[in-house]
Amino acid sequence: MAVVAEMVGSNRILPAQKIVSPLGNAALEPDDEKALRRSLVKKALAILQTEVEEQKVFS
Amino acid sequence: MFRVVLYLNQFFGGIGGEDKADLPPLLTEEVVGPAKAYRAALADRGQIVATVICGDNYFAENIEAATSQVRELLAPYRPDLLFAGPAFNAGRYGIACGRVCRMAQTDLHIPALTGMYRENPGLDLARRDVYIIETGDTARTMAEVVGRMTSLGSRLASGEKIGAPAEEGYFPRGLLVNENAEKTGAERVTDMLLAKLRGEPFESEVPRPAYDRVKPAPALGDLRSARIALVTDGGLVPKGNPDKIEMATATRYGRYDIAAKDTLDPADYEVTHGGYDSVLVRQDPNRLVPVDVMREMEREGVVGALHDRIYSTTGLTCIVSVMRELGKKMAESLKQEGVSGVILTST
Repeated sequence: MAVVAEMVGSNRILPAQKIVSPLGNAALEPDDEKALRRSLVKKALAILQTEVEEQKVFS
Repeated sequence: MFRVVLYLNQFFGGIGGEDKADLPPLLTEEVVGPAKAYRAALADRGQIVATVICGDNYFAENIEAATSQVRELLAPYRPDLLFAGPAFNAGRYGIACGRVCRMAQTDLHIPALTGMYRENPGLDLARRDVYIIETGDTARTMAEVVGRMTSLGSRLASGEKIGAPAEEGYFPRGLLVNENAEKTGAERVTDMLLAKLRGEPFESEVPRPAYDRVKPAPALGDLRSARIALVTDGGLVPKGNPDKIEMATATRYGRYDIAAKDTLDPADYEVTHGGYDSVLVRQDPNRLVPVDVMREMEREGVVGALHDRIYSTTGLTCIVSVMRELGKKMAESLKQEGVSGVILTST
């Protein structure tokens, strides 16, 4: 839902997985799913450490 | 003939500029500054019996006290109508004008009007309660604005019916009014579409909500000293939904303790959200609120701390003004609890 986040004015946006499971992927094995989640959270933390002047959609 | 009172700031009241902005409210029966324009516009409809002048800083720094001082100065004149400003794009003046108008309506029981530029910060604070005439951003158009304020004000004081915002030139107050239309909705929307295709102006009957643009917060410094909170609008709540957060059009949020949790156990949580299929989140709430990996990173020292509470609400068919207030409260609470950064996960 990155487009909605953009529309309502979020400044630091990271597109995640699915609407129904933003930080997971039920098709993966549990360990792989957790690794995926960890990589997304790591990205989110790195974004918090990034200066932005205006809205930005990261990847 | 109506007995009319005015509220002006120190600048328009002819007392001085920023050097006089700390002036407490004072009363004059003389016709000063914009009062002349009001007098001309009112002609034989009303007489200006008193004007209160107050410094912008004094009002902004003592809002409650200044409001009651203005009330005490004006009440003895038994006014029928109050005009404040117009404030154009002056922020402190706009806030004062809105407050004085509200006071006149609720305490003196008389109609009150002001005028502001659309970006005046005083606008949103008062527009629901007060008729605010739309003005340009400078005082160049004083006579014209005062003319419109006087015309609407006289009709308000006479108890006449006031038309829609676009007809009358005031800012919408967020009210819905039932009225009979000549044409059905289908015909009206088709007319609008045809007008749009022809490149002609048309006015939507359902204005789109306006979203704020907020200055980005500065970046976090060292993650190892940061306290990170997890927040979601995906409606995750403890079993039983203790705060009774609505499944749609939420008016509440919850704070839930996770201090002793290494992961979110599906047995402990449910989802109150009518807008997405929550099966996958109910199977594993970490798919929405990643407590499991955040706790690992906290242990490894990647982040200073995972905050002891998760915050949750339901982002579905919400009212922007309600959510703006909710968001402010959540942010204040998070700051009070010492949180330095937030990951907000959204469905």
